[in-house]
Amino acid sequence: MHTLLSLADVPPQTLPARSMMAFTLASHIILVPMGVALPLITLIMHGYGLRRNDATALLLARRWSAVMAVQFAIGVVTGTVLSFEFGLLWPGMLGRWGDVFGIGFGVEAWAFFLEAVLIAVYLYGWRRLPSRTHFLLGLPLPLAALLGAFGILAANSWMNTPRGFTLDSAGNPVDVSVWKAIFTPMFGPQYWHFVVAMFVTAGYVVAGVYAAGWLRGRRDRYHRLGFAVPFTLAAVFTPVQFVLGDSIARQVFHKQPVKFAAMEIVWKTDTHQPEYIYGRLHTDGSVSGGIRIPQLDSILAGFRPDTKVTGLTSVPADDRPTAAQATIAHFAFDTMVFIGSLLVLLALWYAVVWLRRRRLPASPWFYRVAACAGVASVAAVECGWITTEVGRQPWIVYQNMRVAEAVTSTRAGGLWFMFALVIVVYVFVFGSFLLVLLKMRSRWRTADTTAGPPPETPEADTPYGPRSAGRFL
Amino acid sequence: MIAGVIAVVLLLAVAAYACGGGTDYGAGFWDLTAGGAERGRRPRWLIDHAMAPVWEVNNVWLIFVLVIMWTGFPVLFQQVFVTMWLPLALAAVGTVLRGAGFALRKPVRRLAGRRLYGALFAVASLLTPFFLGAAAGGVASGRVTSTTTASTDAWANPTSLLFGLLAIAATASLGAVFLAADARRFAAPDLDGYFRRRALGALAALAVLAVITLVVTHGDAPYVWHGLTHGVGLFFVVVAALGTAATGWLLTRPSGAWSRVTAVGTVASAIVAWGMAQRPYLVPTSLTVAEGAGAHTTLRWLGFVTLVALVLVIPAVVLLYWLDTHGELESLTDADLRGAGTGDEG
Repeated sequence: MHTLLSLADVPPQTLPARSMMAFTLASHIILVPMGVALPLITLIMHGYGLRRNDATALLLARRWSAVMAVQFAIGVVTGTVLSFEFGLLWPGMLGRWGDVFGIGFGVEAWAFFLEAVLIAVYLYGWRRLPSRTHFLLGLPLPLAALLGAFGILAANSWMNTPRGFTLDSAGNPVDVSVWKAIFTPMFGPQYWHFVVAMFVTAGYVVAGVYAAGWLRGRRDRYHRLGFAVPFTLAAVFTPVQFVLGDSIARQVFHKQPVKFAAMEIVWKTDTHQPEYIYGRLHTDGSVSGGIRIPQLDSILAGFRPDTKVTGLTSVPADDRPTAAQATIAHFAFDTMVFIGSLLVLLALWYAVVWLRRRRLPASPWFYRVAACAGVASVAAVECGWITTEVGRQPWIVYQNMRVAEAVTSTRAGGLWFMFALVIVVYVFVFGSFLLVLLKMRSRWRTADTTAGPPPETPEADTPYGPRSAGRFL
Repeated sequence: MIAGVIAVVLLLAVAAYACGGGTDYGAGFWDLTAGGAERGRRPRWLIDHAMAPVWEVNNVWLIFVLVIMWTGFPVLFQQVFVTMWLPLALAAVGTVLRGAGFALRKPVRRLAGRRLYGALFAVASLLTPFFLGAAAGGVASGRVTSTTTASTDAWANPTSLLFGLLAIAATASLGAVFLAADARRFAAPDLDGYFRRRALGALAALAVLAVITLVVTHGDAPYVWHGLTHGVGLFFVVVAALGTAATGWLLTRPSGAWSRVTAVGTVASAIVAWGMAQRPYLVPTSLTVAEGAGAHTTLRWLGFVTLVALVLVIPAVVLLYWLDTHGELESLTDADLRGAGTGDEG
């Protein structure tokens, strides 16, 4: 019954609904790497500081947890918005499939709960808790974060390769098997690719801050340590991510051949497929621009030039991404791979210097690239997400429900208005977030450069906290 | 059977959110009404300080409510979000502004900046519970239906408006009761009196609104009215009434541990009474628990996941609240983030 819906039947509210979902998710994703991996990076620094009794490391850990406090709060609210949007924008999807794939969210909700509790204890435990107790209470944090990611990725990979149900005569899912619905074919590849991406991205983002400091001449131990710990973590995981990324692409080739066709703009099913680096796909199947490498796509997909790669035209036009969508997925995919390859080179550079000289690289070019690596990794995360979501079109549940069937019946005008409101709110919130981070940075920098105790003006000291409370009570 | 169990879990999660999130919204309400920058400085100081360590946890309950709804009762989720589209969308925007306002005003130093973020936090604290209450009113009065056209005005009805106002009054009462007790903890006895007076006022408003709601629901939501005045529903209504009286009595003397217990008991009983009153319906007289329930395997797994999570989460939450109420949790001050002369070490 679903296949009867043609492209002409896409209701007008689909565009605003998709735009709003895309915008809010793209914004939330920026915070996710920090949410998942910043606790781990901070705990590593914290543990190092405790073990070596290193005041600089402990100071870095305290400052990172001050950043974590703000960032986690923003993540909570932008994440809550996403849960609302499932109902506000895609009630048809949750109405029919909620009980099939929702259990992952159940795991995620509790994991997130645990994370919120632990993070509160960690962030507010610095001053009063015994140092060892405080550190130990923080240790389960990365595990809770990984568990939360488990839930979300279970849900998303189910949308890509839905399993664990059969359809009755009315098209409704029955005989639900929760186990199969969680561990779908794409779950494993997606989960590991995602988790490692979070570690790599958070590592490069944090290290990037100190790389920028190094370039401006701040090369003290504080900056070296703040750079080396997160950068080493990211550099170790970068080659791992390269292998995982290669493997997930091949999994997509096997499990979602049409999405793979979109990612590689393959029009007709054939052997000896060429690989296009960038390039645009047109509605008649021709490709313009880009670099064409004969045979390579088949070789990458199956290690042999005579590997048969499914093309977009293997399914009816209504059941596959449009040429424009395929081009978007292809561009996003290529950009992600390109950034990933550069990061591997950067990690190699770091490793070679370390192995030969046992020290950090000294070349300013290394730090210039490292300072950009954080932004580049965030871009790569966004590209990966675009690849998987746009490549799945027109399905919201692959081959089982179209985006157009899931969308709310709210009128397009109302949605556009809401979208505009959300943009204003998000620009304000993220702008303020950035501003607050910059303020914190400059405050700390002033504190570090001024010798002796800083001036105690009412505006310079926080009016909150029992230490200063006495002045107001 | 399992559907009934999950329905109870959902109801309890709603009650937990009403109490945890409610206390939080209430603190925002008193932030809004605390007056100008100088006059409101000390109440706001207490609000920030008492709320900071627990506000995220309080608000994560909402995510849990939504997840149980769409996993356990997908049809209910769909219907609620289609018919109550507008209030829920506004509540979502309110949540963002509130959370961001609260998180951002702490690191901001300049008074103008604090005012801006503080105002956002406070206004959103007022509107968000109102809209969530209005959506709940739509459920109670049976206006949430299987309609296919999304509505923007279904929430403009007497029960929704009253539920929205009840939500504000309940959060204000909870917030003031908790802040009064926190004032003792933070050694500010004058703020104890300040917040107890406000708690009494909010409680009185809550009682009046509750009576009005009973009268209005007689005609506007007859099924729930019948449930509230008979059987188990009536029992919990009586418990809530007794709780209100006990809280009021406790508020006339310096805050101890009990006023929070009775206040939480009052709000939780009221929520449970509403849930019991609309048995066996998820949405009175159009969707029963059995009809709205998802696949049984999923419900059993949801029950199992909840159990396992309770084993993990309850100790953690107890630890957090214990540490918080024993003054073990303090935010980092500038002194902690300063680090004596680390800039010279390199």
